[in-house]
Amino acid sequence: MDLKIASASATDAERQAVDALLGPPPEAARGAERDERSHRVARGGASLRALRHLMLPVLHAVNDRVGWLSRGAINYVSQRLDVAPAEVYGVATFYALFSTAERPARQVHVCVDLACRAAGGHTEADLPPGAHASPCLGLCERAPALMVLEAGERPTRAVEAPVPRPRVAEVVAGGACGVEPAVAAAAPQTPDDSLVLLHRVGRVAPTLAGYLSSGGYEALRRAHEIGPAAVVDEVTASGLVGRGGAAFPTGRKWAAVASQPATPHHLVCNADESEPGTFKDRVLIEGDPFALLESMTIAAWATGCGHGWVYLRGEYPRAEATLRAAIDEARAAGWLGPRIGPAGQSFDVEIVRGGGAYICGEETAIFNSIEGHRGEPRNKPPFPVEVGLFGKPTVVNNVETLVNVPAIVSGGGAAYAGWGTEGSRGRKLFCLSGAVARPGVYEVAFGATLRHLIDLAGGMRAGATMRAVLLGGAAGGFGGPDDLARPLTRAAARAAGTTLGSGVVLVLDESVDLVDQMMRIADFFHDESCGQCVPCRVGTVRQREALARLVAARGAAPDARAADVALLRELAQVMRDASICGLGQTAPNAIDSAISRLGVLA
Amino acid sequence: MVGLATVFGAGGGTSSYADIEQTDVIVLWGSNARSAHPIFFHHVLQGVRNGAKLYVVDPRRTESAQWADLWLGLDVGTDIALAHTVAREIIHAGLVRRDFVERATSGFAEYAASVEEWTLERGSAVTGVPADAIRELAHAYARAPRAQMCWTLGITEHHNGVDNVLALINLALLCGHVGRPGSGLNPLRGQNNVQGGGDMGALPNKLPGFQDVEDDVARAKFDAVWGTPVPPRNGWNLTQMFEAMGRGDLRTLYVIGENPAQSEADGAHAEHLLGSLDFLVVQDIFLTKTAGLADVVLPGSASWCEGEGTVTNSERRVQRVRKALNPPGDARDDCAIIVELARRMGRDWSYPTMEHVWDELRSLSPMHAGMSYARLEALGGIQWPCFSEDTLEPPYLHGRLWADDPASRGRLAPFSVVRDEPPVEATDAQYPLRLTTGRRLDSYNTGVQSRGFDSPLRTGETVDVSPEDAASLGVADGETVRIVSRRGEVTAPVRVDEGLRPGLVFMTMHFPDEVDVNRLTIDATDPKSGTAEFKAAAVRIERLPVPAWT
Repeated sequence: MDLKIASASATDAERQAVDALLGPPPEAARGAERDERSHRVARGGASLRALRHLMLPVLHAVNDRVGWLSRGAINYVSQRLDVAPAEVYGVATFYALFSTAERPARQVHVCVDLACRAAGGHTEADLPPGAHASPCLGLCERAPALMVLEAGERPTRAVEAPVPRPRVAEVVAGGACGVEPAVAAAAPQTPDDSLVLLHRVGRVAPTLAGYLSSGGYEALRRAHEIGPAAVVDEVTASGLVGRGGAAFPTGRKWAAVASQPATPHHLVCNADESEPGTFKDRVLIEGDPFALLESMTIAAWATGCGHGWVYLRGEYPRAEATLRAAIDEARAAGWLGPRIGPAGQSFDVEIVRGGGAYICGEETAIFNSIEGHRGEPRNKPPFPVEVGLFGKPTVVNNVETLVNVPAIVSGGGAAYAGWGTEGSRGRKLFCLSGAVARPGVYEVAFGATLRHLIDLAGGMRAGATMRAVLLGGAAGGFGGPDDLARPLTRAAARAAGTTLGSGVVLVLDESVDLVDQMMRIADFFHDESCGQCVPCRVGTVRQREALARLVAARGAAPDARAADVALLRELAQVMRDASICGLGQTAPNAIDSAISRLGVLA
Repeated sequence: MVGLATVFGAGGGTSSYADIEQTDVIVLWGSNARSAHPIFFHHVLQGVRNGAKLYVVDPRRTESAQWADLWLGLDVGTDIALAHTVAREIIHAGLVRRDFVERATSGFAEYAASVEEWTLERGSAVTGVPADAIRELAHAYARAPRAQMCWTLGITEHHNGVDNVLALINLALLCGHVGRPGSGLNPLRGQNNVQGGGDMGALPNKLPGFQDVEDDVARAKFDAVWGTPVPPRNGWNLTQMFEAMGRGDLRTLYVIGENPAQSEADGAHAEHLLGSLDFLVVQDIFLTKTAGLADVVLPGSASWCEGEGTVTNSERRVQRVRKALNPPGDARDDCAIIVELARRMGRDWSYPTMEHVWDELRSLSPMHAGMSYARLEALGGIQWPCFSEDTLEPPYLHGRLWADDPASRGRLAPFSVVRDEPPVEATDAQYPLRLTTGRRLDSYNTGVQSRGFDSPLRTGETVDVSPEDAASLGVADGETVRIVSRRGEVTAPVRVDEGLRPGLVFMTMHFPDEVDVNRLTIDATDPKSGTAEFKAAAVRIERLPVPAWT
């Protein structure tokens, strides 16, 4: 393939989009006007390359303006950031929301993932022409869903869900998206004063006034009083562990970063919520954005971070708008900025919009993505607490993990640890979707049973009988009706060969084709593998092929299928043992459980 | 080398690669190292990653300039003017490193007086570089705790190349940027072993270990060991050899591993002289154009894989080379050829192994004395000087200049008063374009060593012109044009290069068989080093008549 990027010229619109973000080209830099001075001096080098972290925002800017990334645009970006054209091309082709082929300004992404196809949504095979098949859009509580992106001088991003098939056709044909329901609809438990994480969602307007009038920023005030070390101690005492899936003790992570001599320290909030079936972070940000900002400010205080990034997935337009407004308001009122409160804390937050890549939720891939590289995970060690974003000590926490912090600081770590069980302290959000009466985000203390959770959601939808439940998303595992009495704790999940992961509880009834669900999971990992390491890049392809053969050979003699069954087992072992990151390591899990626990291939 | 040897007594880069990586400012002056010295440039990049600021001084905005914090695009041949302007600014801004200048140098007052006229305004007018950029370079270099000055053929391939080097050395002396970790002066070497050639005395005025031919004491040592008197006079350098050929004084030539028929300026003339010799012997691994003119060709061996011995790299590190293959066919080890020639001339040189050759050298060259084969092996190479088998010197040279004890400081480093001189050939109405020559990444010199394999980047010779000149000449990218100088003409396709300004064109000598660029270049040489002014010729570009059938 001969790309010839270096000779391509950007259009005026592309240039304007880039310059709007980066400012006009500096004196005599490449890409600047040629004049007498530019024939004699050029400024560049480190000052241009220092802007590398604006790669992803600048590609978004061009994509938002013209809808795709032409060679001319890529060349101009490469000149402005002093990055080789091939490298810009490498980043541009990494993200699903970008295209290096010309396409119409208006793009419709129709979710074909687990919850949406279980709800009768489209599959890759039967999409209307012109629509993209999208992985989970994080709107599972009102599946099926779609998203419309329209580039232009005033680019728009909108979602619609539920979107029955005839509506999909209308929207693809040019129809506008409907109005989104209020966020309260996604948190059916509220109003409930006993809720800790969700108590404001849908009840209190996501404004600074609303936040302050409902106890907002009291925890930060206390954090400033007791000092950073005491905050870390409280978090450690609370037993809080990461809610993104890996369950690493948050207090230990914070203490490690706080003690690093290298500076500056960075705080990254992982809001790249892309695990199929997960939408809790979206609901938290849409419903209570200041809680996230306060939590980040406390985390930064405790760990010595001056700057925070919220890496927000690109498919969450309303969450982004809500959070952006909240940041502006907080900054204007002095809750973010160089002198916060009497303690004079200096901290600010910026949003980095993802480009459609599941892997960027991995804690080191997120660093590479923010730094303007392909979002490929890094080898560990070194761990992020030592060498993270921009090579500096970094706290990276998921949204849900962070929003536990105000309650811990205000009420004390010990009180928080009173919720839950011995091995699973505190409170947890679950994303209920599928065949339940009231899908949405639910908050319980660890230890509640799966049956309790489904009861909270109003039980099974009228007329539906439970066939299976997917816990933890594509990286999790399937259970069945036998598992209803199981308490929702990490230990119990592990004992059952699954994981609570990001809190996905996708309830599937008898009408759902489980083979189709399993194949979709195989497709998902195949599509989302970043391709960096062989076990995952090749393993996810071979896994899908072997599954397809097994599905085709259903009913054949066991002997005829033995080779592929053995191959799947071997692939799973290799991926678990040798993949660089969790994506490859967990890619066989749900498939394995579908076969062994649900007997889908029998 | 002449410049460094004049000032410091030893002709070698003063720093190690590690000093390039651990420094605060790197100046690449007249060097497109990214293309021409890619290995060295890796070390520059490591330095940049470690936080060093990079300044590139080059008429072209080169691939190296792309990495620079600041590029200064001077006019071809105005290096001394720029260096003097930088010096005056350093002096007037009070940034002279007084303690160093006083303890380690001589001739400061005279030098300071000589650069006094070079105000920023004058320097800017002569060099074309805006005054603020010159000032910035001066302050950055002088204020840096550690700084590296690196140059290559952009400095030396001028009729006053040695003066150019001296002008840069003056800057290092002013600021004390020599003889310390992270600070130094570094001429980049183009051949993996060009330093080694000099170390071994392949210079007309030096014996091995940079001992002077005209030093009776040094020569007597060699006379004794070699059992024959070494001629007590300096020999000719390459340029003087060609002059002698022209006069008829030099009638026989033995060429080892060089291709002067194509690498010399004014190539047609060089070829004529070589062709009219009484006897020409060429020893090479390729049948070069020079070998094609020879009476006898001796097929040698590829020294990196077909012979034993040592090489010296740009940081003066002597490293062992081991034989992996036998030379093909009738080709022989180069050393064996020379020994056999000696035998036929009645001298029985007996060296059972290459290590014996090396040990003889160690006995004669104090700077190599401590480098036994065993030690070279154990340490993965040793930098010179290495005076004894139980010591190692610091990785940078001339630390003596900083010594508190005047005795151990040795000879003071003299400032050099040099004059700005424009290139020999000015541009004019007939030849309005300045042609400068250089290298590209994937080719090597005359192409003898690089044309044997394909590279996707190597697409043949081009004449690189600025977008403005392409437009005013009415030529398109890829269009074949004729390039004419007072000495000759060639045709080549145009490549539009945004790194060039109007009036400046660029070509290489990589494809002499197709486009013999040295038919254009001027045979004006530096009397001190013998290097020709490859970097500055005056040319014009002519459109070729459009064939009737198009």
